[in-house]
Amino acid sequence: MHDPILTGLTSVFREVFDDDELELKPEMTADDVDGWDSLAHIRLILSVQKAFGIKFSPVEMNRLKNVGDLIALTKDKQRQGAAR
Amino acid sequence: MSEQLYTELQWLPRPPENFSKRCRALRESAGEAGREMRALASFALDENKLVKLANSIQSLRSTPDLLQPLIPFRLGIISNATSHFLVPALTATAARYGIALECIEANYGQVMQEALAPDSMINRARADAVLVAIDYRGLALGGLLGDAAAAEAVVAAAIDELRALRDGLRNNSGASCIFQTLARPVEATFGSLDLALPGTSRNVIDLFNRSLAMSLTGKQDLLLDVGGLAETVGLSAWHDSNLWNIGKIPFANCFLPAYADLACRLIAALRGKSRRCLVLDLDNTLWGGVIGDDGLEGIVIGQGDPQGEAHLEIQRTALALRERGIVLAVSSKNNDEIARLPFQKHPEMLLRENHLAVFQANWNDKATNIRAIAAELSLGLESLVFLDDNPAERRLVRDMLPDVAVPELPDDPALYVRTLLAAGYFEAITYSPEDQKRADFYQDNARRAALQRTTGDLEAYLASLDMTITFQPFDEVGRARIAQLINKSNQFNLTTRRYSEAQVAEMEADPNCFTLQVRLVDTFGDNGMISVVICRQDAAVWQIDTWLMSCRVLGRRVEQAVLQELLSHARSRGVIRLIGTYRPTERNRLVEDHYSKLGFTECDRVADGSTVWGLDVVDRTDVSLPMKIVRIDDAVSRPAA
Repeated sequence: MHDPILTGLTSVFREVFDDDELELKPEMTADDVDGWDSLAHIRLILSVQKAFGIKFSPVEMNRLKNVGDLIALTKDKQRQGAAR
Repeated sequence: MSEQLYTELQWLPRPPENFSKRCRALRESAGEAGREMRALASFALDENKLVKLANSIQSLRSTPDLLQPLIPFRLGIISNATSHFLVPALTATAARYGIALECIEANYGQVMQEALAPDSMINRARADAVLVAIDYRGLALGGLLGDAAAAEAVVAAAIDELRALRDGLRNNSGASCIFQTLARPVEATFGSLDLALPGTSRNVIDLFNRSLAMSLTGKQDLLLDVGGLAETVGLSAWHDSNLWNIGKIPFANCFLPAYADLACRLIAALRGKSRRCLVLDLDNTLWGGVIGDDGLEGIVIGQGDPQGEAHLEIQRTALALRERGIVLAVSSKNNDEIARLPFQKHPEMLLRENHLAVFQANWNDKATNIRAIAAELSLGLESLVFLDDNPAERRLVRDMLPDVAVPELPDDPALYVRTLLAAGYFEAITYSPEDQKRADFYQDNARRAALQRTTGDLEAYLASLDMTITFQPFDEVGRARIAQLINKSNQFNLTTRRYSEAQVAEMEADPNCFTLQVRLVDTFGDNGMISVVICRQDAAVWQIDTWLMSCRVLGRRVEQAVLQELLSHARSRGVIRLIGTYRPTERNRLVEDHYSKLGFTECDRVADGSTVWGLDVVDRTDVSLPMKIVRIDDAVSRPAA
């Protein structure tokens, strides 16, 4: 994996869901991952924000439909952060 | 240093690389796994790691033996917010304090219903305590601006509501309550005027917090100062409106580890697990520099130098802890004579030799020395905190003596005090005059041990102590201390049965209960209350329900004196036989042979390892004991000390 954001997100997912084998796929949703309930979702989002030093708004969080959206949003936010 | 000290629990070591692996291995445990749980909980864990550890603990819960030697505690949680995320954080954090915590959550938003309905989930769960996790949104605290009477009425109504809740829980389940102070919202109505103006949220919440704290003093309910924690870490960081809007989460998740630690300290204190002794390193901890190299003139301590003032602050803090009953000891790699010099000769030193119960300066490794300190003070290693600037010494002690708390320290000595105190090792739920004297007790005890070594002859030594023992039934004056001893004593405790203050009060009035509180004074001072006994009458037999004694007075023939007192009362009440039970725990091996030493005969052995012992009252004649005996009856109140 050469994509640093994908690598970073993968390790966040592994930490949050306690699964060292977990591999991210863009079409992945909460139904595909053991323990991904609403509370774990908040924990996931907060962990992503912390790991990348970014902030999502509730509107942005609501729009996330799958892992692909989260990867895209994280990249977007990082770019904004770098541009600032 | 900033809020990270608290959010990241910086006094704890960082978790190791293999933390997740060890958590998973825990789930496959076949034998007692409590020690590993405690070891894993003793790292600085963030929310994700707390969840992992909690999942492992949860997976072993169906086999309670696997949680040994953690002690069980059932905690109900009722909240006006989402409390689900508290459960794993509290479960994992409790293991840090040696507790196997089981949480029972009330249904969301059903605060009053859960308390008042006898068959609610919380009341049926028979919790040991219920955490009432209500934040400012859960209480109707709005008032008319500028109307002082209305503000007071609103606060009084909120306190009444909590009281009704508490009464409901206590009547229906017997549980104590843990009430939280409120973290006030940061949004001001006017600005600086808010504190002064009745009816603003600042003013009303301030009033509420103080009223709540006052309403709980001397009761069996506990106060969790969440408002204080929020102020310490910063209210603007504490309140995260997005989290509330998304999931009704009442404060920012990053503070969850600190919140859980604060709550678990309280539960640990309730179970007598707070620490009692601070062991101090000398060089570069109590002063700057190395006394053996730099000499008396070379060490840095005292006013006028920032480093010297930082070390002075550490000494000031140690003294303040001693004032409230924490025993101080020294462990240093030094020649004894040289190490004592600053205490004797340096004008800027605040700590003097007479503040220290044990002084261990030698070239042994520190683990050996700390073990010797614990032995000399008759304290368990679990009661000790070790403060040392040297990371290698800290690691050694942590590895060799995992029960000793060893705070991680930053490089700057100016931050030692805040780090030590942030860890909350010495949390207390009550404070009695006896606590105040405790440091002196232990110190006198160490002196007694020294005296014994010099006199050699035990009987002569005991006679030289000039002891007076006082026997008295339970009463209101002694109640708080009796309950404290019942909940704290681990080693000299035959049955380790815990009773709340309310239960102790019931025994005072119960005609079938014979109770004794025992005090001891000797030539060195007042030892305070040192023993508690409860007998329950069953026809012509007394069952000794509880017999505990402070280890400070071991080897003083106090047990024999207590037995003679029991026999004399038993005789006068027509009781013909005493039955005592020894219930083994992890900590009370000391009294395994207690009854056999006192001449009881074993009459039963139970599957859990308990032994039952009997003694016929007529069999015994009194022997002479090396102490004066004073009896105070129910009718006469205790003379002032």
